Amino acid sequence: MSEAAAVQSTGYNFAYLDEQTKRMIRRAILKAIAVPGYQVPFASREMPLPFGWGTGGIQVTAAIIGADDRLKVIDQGADDTTNAVSIRRFFARTAGVATTTRTTDATLIQTRHRVPETPLGPHQILVYQVPIPEPLRWLEAREAETRRMHGLADYGVMHVKLYEDIAQHGRIATGYDYPVQVGQRYIMAPSPIPKFDNPKMDRCPALQLFGAGREKRIYAVPPHTPVKSLDFEDHPFSVETWSKRCSLCGAGDSYLDEVIMDDTGRRMFVCSDTDYCAERRAAGHRGEGDGA
Amino acid sequence: MTDAPAMIAVEELDKTFTLHVQGGARIPVLSDLSFTVSAGECVALTGPSGAGKSTLLRLIYGNYKAQGGRILVRHDGAMVDIASASPRTMLAVRARTLGYVSQFLRVVPRVPSIEIVAEPLIRLGTAREAARDRAASVLQRLNVPERLWTIAPATFSGGEQQRINIASALVSERPILLLDEPTASLDAANRAVVISLIRDATARGAAIVGIFHDRDVRAAVADREFAVPEVRRAA
Amino acid sequence: MRTPEAARVDPSPATETDPPLLTADGVTRWYGHRLGCRDVAFMLWPGEVLGIVGESGSGKTTLLDCLSGRLSPTAGHVVYRGEDGDAVDIFALPESRRRLLQRTEWGIVRQNPRDGLRMGVSAGANIGERLMAAGWRHYGDIRGSADEWLQRVEIDGDRIDDRPVTFSGGMQQRLQIARNLVTRPRLVFMDEPTGGLDVSVQARLLDLLRGLVAEFGLAAVIVTHDLAVVRLLAHRLMVMQGGAVVESGLTDQVLDDPQHPYTQLLVSSVLQA
Repeated sequence: MSEAAAVQSTGYNFAYLDEQTKRMIRRAILKAIAVPGYQVPFASREMPLPFGWGTGGIQVTAAIIGADDRLKVIDQGADDTTNAVSIRRFFARTAGVATTTRTTDATLIQTRHRVPETPLGPHQILVYQVPIPEPLRWLEAREAETRRMHGLADYGVMHVKLYEDIAQHGRIATGYDYPVQVGQRYIMAPSPIPKFDNPKMDRCPALQLFGAGREKRIYAVPPHTPVKSLDFEDHPFSVETWSKRCSLCGAGDSYLDEVIMDDTGRRMFVCSDTDYCAERRAAGHRGEGDGA
Repeated sequence: MTDAPAMIAVEELDKTFTLHVQGGARIPVLSDLSFTVSAGECVALTGPSGAGKSTLLRLIYGNYKAQGGRILVRHDGAMVDIASASPRTMLAVRARTLGYVSQFLRVVPRVPSIEIVAEPLIRLGTAREAARDRAASVLQRLNVPERLWTIAPATFSGGEQQRINIASALVSERPILLLDEPTASLDAANRAVVISLIRDATARGAAIVGIFHDRDVRAAVADREFAVPEVRRAA
Repeated sequence: MRTPEAARVDPSPATETDPPLLTADGVTRWYGHRLGCRDVAFMLWPGEVLGIVGESGSGKTTLLDCLSGRLSPTAGHVVYRGEDGDAVDIFALPESRRRLLQRTEWGIVRQNPRDGLRMGVSAGANIGERLMAAGWRHYGDIRGSADEWLQRVEIDGDRIDDRPVTFSGGMQQRLQIARNLVTRPRLVFMDEPTGGLDVSVQARLLDLLRGLVAEFGLAAVIVTHDLAVVRLLAHRLMVMQGGAVVESGLTDQVLDDPQHPYTQLLVSSVLQA
């Protein structure tokens, strides 16, 4: 379907947003790329779905998507959840772009709460949906103050949160939205991805963009930018590990979801990244639980 | 005695209290007063009650402010005018040169007696242990029972508090001592101890100005007396 | 009868030539047409405690805010001589440098501990925050330091993981002091540090403060309306009325022989215990 056809079929501008709005968002994105990790305010628009459903990510995607792009949308790693399906369909109808579930085929990936297991390349852009962009909010309620703290790199308070974790749990228990420092400067909330995905952000060849619709913020990690997870010398950053492998594809290196099978409490672990799991099975890999 | 250098030289000193809260009433206490005290000399201030003996001691200590004249004291080898010295100079003069025993003890509530006595030494840089040893020996000499050393003096008797006061003033062997009724609440035995402490101080060269109501004490310690002249009050 | 000997007055003993730690010069603050404080000048040396007294509205808190770099004066200068020996006008510094000073070489103890503490995190984290801000990245060291400071301010070590909301007012204030002193500042600003505390709790806090000031050779500026507090803690005193300093000097001299009518009124208004 061509761009013109899309406009005709829906009555909306290409990718829903008007061109002025897209230009405004693109300017914010360019600034975000120029100042890695810095939260750029933007005039977030009302979208045809509620805040909390990815309105920030959708606006970023709408501003940068072109007719030649191939879009993949994941929610917690899966391509087939309601949120992922509806956003993918939204762009298929308003922009007429091709869509895919295959990570390697996609030029643009919008995600909620995961980074794909398959390493991304320089031709790809990853757009994160962000509910709360301010990593300092946990300890400082005043927006004016958090902005000043960012401006002055006054970040002592960030380690207070990690300190509290260790004091209460004996280890850093923060598992999601684990704070990172981007390019040795700004502290950034990576959105609620599991900390398992944090190392994938570090020096990633793909451009990473973050959109928070309700909070009206856009920020970015340009390709190959160092992204360091905060930690203590005697409590270094580490990612989750599992004693099990994926029941379906046998992968031992991916982020696993625990699935309850029945009322007797039988459980199995499967890859959270559905495409990664499917690709492995297509290549002949099998887990213990598959086909049982 | 005349060969000894002057430690205190009071020159043409005027002191008048102006009570602004009572309609600006003016109360002259000292007028054109001059006297000197040499090293190793103990001078007893005399005069009727209200003549300004305590006021004079407080002026020398910098606790009261003079309206005119000079109060020179020898501090670190040079004469410093207390009447015009900056607060910072005064703090240094008090730390190293001027000791003052008042009739009342004023201390932070919870500090143990021995710490109070040792503190002047610690402030001058003496190591904590050595300072405590010195404090202990002075307290011992003043017959303060050892069980009281670790207790804050708030609950002590008048005599015990007085001895803590004397101990803290004498422990650092300052060259000038101002004593306002140091034996007032003491029994005969402890009076004798204080007398010997004062004699020790003059023997090491300290200049002492004191108010001693007790005739025997005065006779025992004073090299001479200085009568503070009564100023005629404006009606 | 002036002896030639006595005429040789040394106006500045050696100690007076030491450079001051803090110099205030003509510090003035207007709030529109309302005066906060006017033309305040003084010098503070290492190890000295300066008390500022006056009734509510006399401008003492405005002055403290100006001195501690939290409120820029309408006119005048505040010059601080840092650990590196350089004297800097704190309002000519970039804010990042000023904040760095505030969390390393300075301490600020607020009247209400809720303003000076993070009520949502544990006592240990409250103390450790300044260390982490100063770049400490070893959890064990930070916790050890927090534990040591809790003991110093007489809070039981097993409260280290409790939040300050579970502490009494006196404990909160002691925790605030520990949080400020953990980085061994050279200068501490205190605004009514004993305000709102019971008398018995006040005494304990004063004793603690006095000990810490002496032990670390701290310089401090303490604002209070409580004359007993300054008598015990302050070497020097400034009395403020209507935004101006009306009298200053040695603490005991100002309190025992006040010269200015307002100081006399202030001193005579205190109930003798």
